Formats: sequence, structure tokens, C-alpha cells
Amino acid sequence: MASRPRTLYEKIWDAHVVERREDGTCLLYIDRHLVHEVTSPQAFEGLRVAGRRVRRPELTLAVPDHNVPTTARLGADGTPLPIADPESAAQLAALTRNTAEFGIPYIPATAPAQGIVHVVGPEQGFSLPGATVVCGDSHTAAHGGIGALAFGIGTSEVEHVLATQTLLLAGSKTMEVRVEGDLGPGITAKDLILHIIGRIGTAGGTGHVIEYRGRVFEEMSVEGRLTVCNMSIEGGARAGLIAPDETVFAWLEGRPMAPAGEAWDAALAWWRTLATDPGARFDKSVVIDAAEVEPTVTWGTSPEDVAGIGGHVPDPDSFADPAKQAAAAKSLAYMGLAPGTPLSDIPVENVFIGSCTNSRIEDLRAAAAVLDGRTKAPGVKWAIAVPGSGLVKRQAEAEGLDRIFTAAGFEWREPGCSACLAMNPDKVPAGERCASTSNRNFVGRQGPGARTHLMSPAMAAAAAVTGRLTDVRALMAS
Amino acid sequence: MKPVATIEGRAIPLGLKNLDTDVIIPAHWLKTITRDGLGKGAFETLRAEPGNILDDPEYAGAPILIAGDNFGCGSSREHAAWALADLGIAAVIAPSFSDIFSGNAFKNGILTVALPQEAVDRLLEVARDHPVTVDLDSQTVTTPFQDRFAFAIDPFRKHCLSEGLDEIGLTLASSAAIGAFERMEGRPWLVPSASPANVGLNGTIA
Ligand code: SF4
Repeated sequence: MASRPRTLYEKIWDAHVVERREDGTCLLYIDRHLVHEVTSPQAFEGLRVAGRRVRRPELTLAVPDHNVPTTARLGADGTPLPIADPESAAQLAALTRNTAEFGIPYIPATAPAQGIVHVVGPEQGFSLPGATVVCGDSHTAAHGGIGALAFGIGTSEVEHVLATQTLLLAGSKTMEVRVEGDLGPGITAKDLILHIIGRIGTAGGTGHVIEYRGRVFEEMSVEGRLTVCNMSIEGGARAGLIAPDETVFAWLEGRPMAPAGEAWDAALAWWRTLATDPGARFDKSVVIDAAEVEPTVTWGTSPEDVAGIGGHVPDPDSFADPAKQAAAAKSLAYMGLAPGTPLSDIPVENVFIGSCTNSRIEDLRAAAAVLDGRTKAPGVKWAIAVPGSGLVKRQAEAEGLDRIFTAAGFEWREPGCSACLAMNPDKVPAGERCASTSNRNFVGRQGPGARTHLMSPAMAAAAAVTGRLTDVRALMAS
Repeated sequence: MKPVATIEGRAIPLGLKNLDTDVIIPAHWLKTITRDGLGKGAFETLRAEPGNILDDPEYAGAPILIAGDNFGCGSSREHAAWALADLGIAAVIAPSFSDIFSGNAFKNGILTVALPQEAVDRLLEVARDHPVTVDLDSQTVTTPFQDRFAFAIDPFRKHCLSEGLDEIGLTLASSAAIGAFERMEGRPWLVPSASPANVGLNGTIA
């Protein structure tokens, strides 16, 4: 075996190579495959047309999330309620049919364990450290938070994985994002990843797999790590990784699909070898000072358009790159913002707490801590809290968080992607702003003409309370 | 897949940077369960603007698109490639592409040609009134004015594109190696230990 020091990424990659082609591309074994209703129908259609079977159905897990409504799914008599949108209903029906026909484990929309794929995978112990995890969805990078090499794939690749349990891939370059020092009080994983994307830009990680390193990550909860890795794709990277450690192992042990008994012990022995070796080289390295990270929000229509909450909407002319100047001017026109406006003066009419970035129990707790004993501002017309899975929802209800949300004027919904993307009934009206805990502030992402400001759950809760973008630390002090 | 050789014709000089997949095909078009017909939704927001270049009759049926940096960034939706294919686009030229998009484009027989910014700028200028030729075999983009820009392409992708090969069929030829990998010792955790929690059959709550 190679004695050369290797990065975490290289170790996982090397352990999955089935065949190495002359040109360096590898046939890589895929341990875990997650499937949802939007990017899979054409893959199953392809298999059917070619008369192919699924090689290892038990290594795939299907769950609908993108266009399920987040309102009640069962009627008073316990029967599933119909889905109003015919196209959504057709995609859900296709997933039910396809998983049955090909023998794939399936969590239907009405099951208690249903949720967003990237919440469900780790939660069920399906996604594992050191595993290769893929899904027809770019935020698959999230699973890197438990130390899986996880990345989004297209539908042709979904079909390829179903048929062969492999992918033909060229290796990525490696990039280290090293965070030095500690985050200040009240600063969360979301603030950190928004800050990082602001530093490296949306193309900063293109062609690379990022490994996040530093004490901050060692001390971070699993939920926080999933949030950080989730947004690696916003920094252009194929995947994000954080070395799995005892925090992750303790979090995973005993989950329904996680290995048990001897298999667990064997897995653990291997997982403990997965850290990047001392002296291993990264192709690119960025150092971030944790002390500089403020509660961070976006002001534009690209996830790199970030600023600390104490800042102002920038003047497009302040950017050195003429292309960036033009993009910023366009962003501000879409967002209806004037240069120089203090960020804390920006009013919001909508608040969305949810998405695969920030819908886990810790996120809901953080938002509820801010909302406890408070109500949403009169100017906030619509505020929803959407748990990432049915199990998160149950846990939150057991802790009484649902009552805090509803007392504060939030709607408490069923799990799903919800207002993260405008594919289901949860949309932000044109021209209105949304304080959102999701991951993309693209034009029209939350609905045609909708204006998105990305932030952490605590910051979104603070915006709900004051009706404008707000430094949550002020509310925490009082 | 149809083999790709020479793509010759008008090229739409779109030029914008960071065209993400939400712009290429907005989310509400993702609700289909087949691959056809997405051309109608391609660049919907850009095409809502009167006089937009994509609907300019001058470029009707153009097989080539020229765009700015970081084309196809954002979501992994393969619908972006299907939408372009449905529009009749066989090649996209840009200074750079998102990784996922170029993979998806390749799998649908669309050639992504990355060229330096100066070359793209020159092509944007020429394309306004003249055709452009993308030749896979010689890996060049040429114009009627002696411009000749060489581009790089992964040899495997080139082989597959020019032969019109189906990638799954190629991989299935390695079934024995995949089987051997699966039987390898030392990965007892590979098979999930149970089915997902609380899942009832047929959508009922267990
Ligand atoms: S929550 Fe949003 S980003 Fe995450 S999988 Fe759903 S649509 Fe994609």
C-alpha cells in the first residue's frame, strides 16, 4: 500500500476504486444511493427501456421531499390526502411505482420517517463515514459532515448507479479550508459557511473536494457539520468533508440502518483511520480567521454576496472586477436594494426556517430559543417552520418547540423541501423578501420575483421578531 | 446516443456569466417524468424579455451556444442538459463550466468547450453575424476568418462522444470486477443492517 501521506478524500477514494482506467478515471464503487421524486423518474424509465435491473436495491433508499406539500398528509380517518398539483402527484406516484417495481427501500410521504433526503440519510444511519454517498441532488455534499464522500449527480448517473452500483469518475483536486481560532458567542455553523463562501466565491472550489479543518469543526455538533458541508456546492466544490470522529460515531451508533454488533466494530476500526495524514498535501489551501465571522446574511442573488449583519449593502462600483460590478448591480435591482443601506434596516415580510441546510433539531432549538416568549413583528406576513424529517418533527414536539413556534406566529409544518425551492405550494410572493435558512438566493429560487436573504435559524428567528434583518446577539443579550 | 463529429452553424452569442441551472431551466419545469419537451422552458426568464437574443430569428435552430464563465453552476438538475438538447444545442462554448453540468451535458451528447476568455470574446463577436464550427476530431473551434482555437477534452469523453457510446453498457462490461470488489473482505458494514425506521407498506404508518 501507498505510504505517501494521504488526505481524507484520497483515503476514501482509494478504498472504492473498482478499476483504474489508463487515463486516470476510476470506476468507483458507490456504497449508498439516495433517491427522490424529481431527478429519478427518467432514470427508471431508462432502465426499463434498456431492460436493465437494479444491481443492489438494498444500497439505495428512496424518499420524496421536493414537491410534497407541507400541509397535513393524512385525513382525519388516516387515509392519505390527495396532492392537488397533478404534476407533483404524478412524480410521487412514479416514485412509488418505480421503487416497488425495482425492489428499492422506500419511505413514502405519509411515513413518520419521511423527510428531506439529506436529513433522512444520516438520521437513519444509512449514510456512513468513509462511504461513497450519491444522490441526484447537488446538496448531497451535506453527508460529508459525517465523513462520507458525498456528491450530487445527474439523472443519467442515477441510472448508472442503479444499474451498476458504480460511477465512472475522474478524481477531484483537494482543497483545505482551515479555520483558525474560535467562533464568537452566538456565531453558528451557517454564519461560518456563508462567510467562507463569501471569501472563496461561488467558483472558489470548482474541481475540488473541500476538507474543512480546524478546532472549530472538531468542536462542532454533527448538525453543524452537516450544515457546513451542505453548502460546499455553493462554493463550487464537488463535495465537502469533515474528518469523522468520536462525536460522529456516538451520534450514529444505534441508528436503524447503521451497522450493529461486529459490523459496527469493524466499521469503527476503519473509520478511525480516516483522518488526513500529517504532511498530506492539498492542491489549494485557504485560511479563515474564526474571530472575523459575524452573524452573516446575503444581500444579493448569489451565495457569495454576503456581509456581516453590521455591514451595508455594497456599492457595485466597489468591486474590482467589472463582471462582478455588473452582477452586483443586477442583483441589487432584483433585490430592490440601494447601495449603502444598513443591512439591519432591511424589512422582511416572510420567514422560512427549514431546508436540508437548517432543519435539524439543533436548528429548530436555536430558532425557538430566540422566539421563546416573543411574537413575530406585524410586518411579517408569513413565517413557517418546516422540520427536516418526521423524526425531527416528533423530537421537536416532545421538547415543546412546536408550541413556541406557533405562539410566535409561525406555522408548524410537515417535513419537506418546502419554500427552499418553488416546486411545491410553499412560495414567497413576487417582490417580497424572505429571511431564509436555506442555501440558495438565486433569482426566483423561492418563487418568481421572490427576494431571498440567507442566514442562520437564530438570525431568521430574530428577523421574524423585529420584522427586519437583525443581529440576533442583541436579542440574546436582553 | 448519436455520435458527435463536426458541429457547424450559427452560435447564439449569449455571453452572460454564472448562468445557473435555475436560469437554464427554472424549477417549475422539473416536474416532468420524461426527458422530452423541455426546450420550451429553457432560459424562460431571459426569454420573457422582449427582443432577447435567444428568440432572435437570426439564431433560430442554432446548434451552438456561447456563454460566460461558470456556465451551468447551481443545482445538479440534468434537466438543464435535456432542455438545451431539446432546443437543438449540440455544443456550448464558455470560459468555464460547473463540473456537474459538463458531466450531464456529456452524457446527453452535448459537447462543452472551455476556451480562454479572449477566445470566447472573439467568438461572441464573430457569432453575431457568422457561423462557427466546432470540430471534435481536431479539437478546434474555427470561424470563417481564420480564427482557430484549440480546446482540451478528456480522451474517454471524446471517444464516447465520437462513437456515440452508452456509458452504462460500457460499465456493465466490467461486471466481473464489480462483483469481485463486492466480495472483497473487510467491508461488513456495506449492507444496511435494517430497513428504514417505521416504514409501512403502501404509505401507511407502521
Ligand atoms: S431542501 Fe432545498 S436544497 Fe435541500 S434538497 Fe430540498 S430543494 Fe434541495
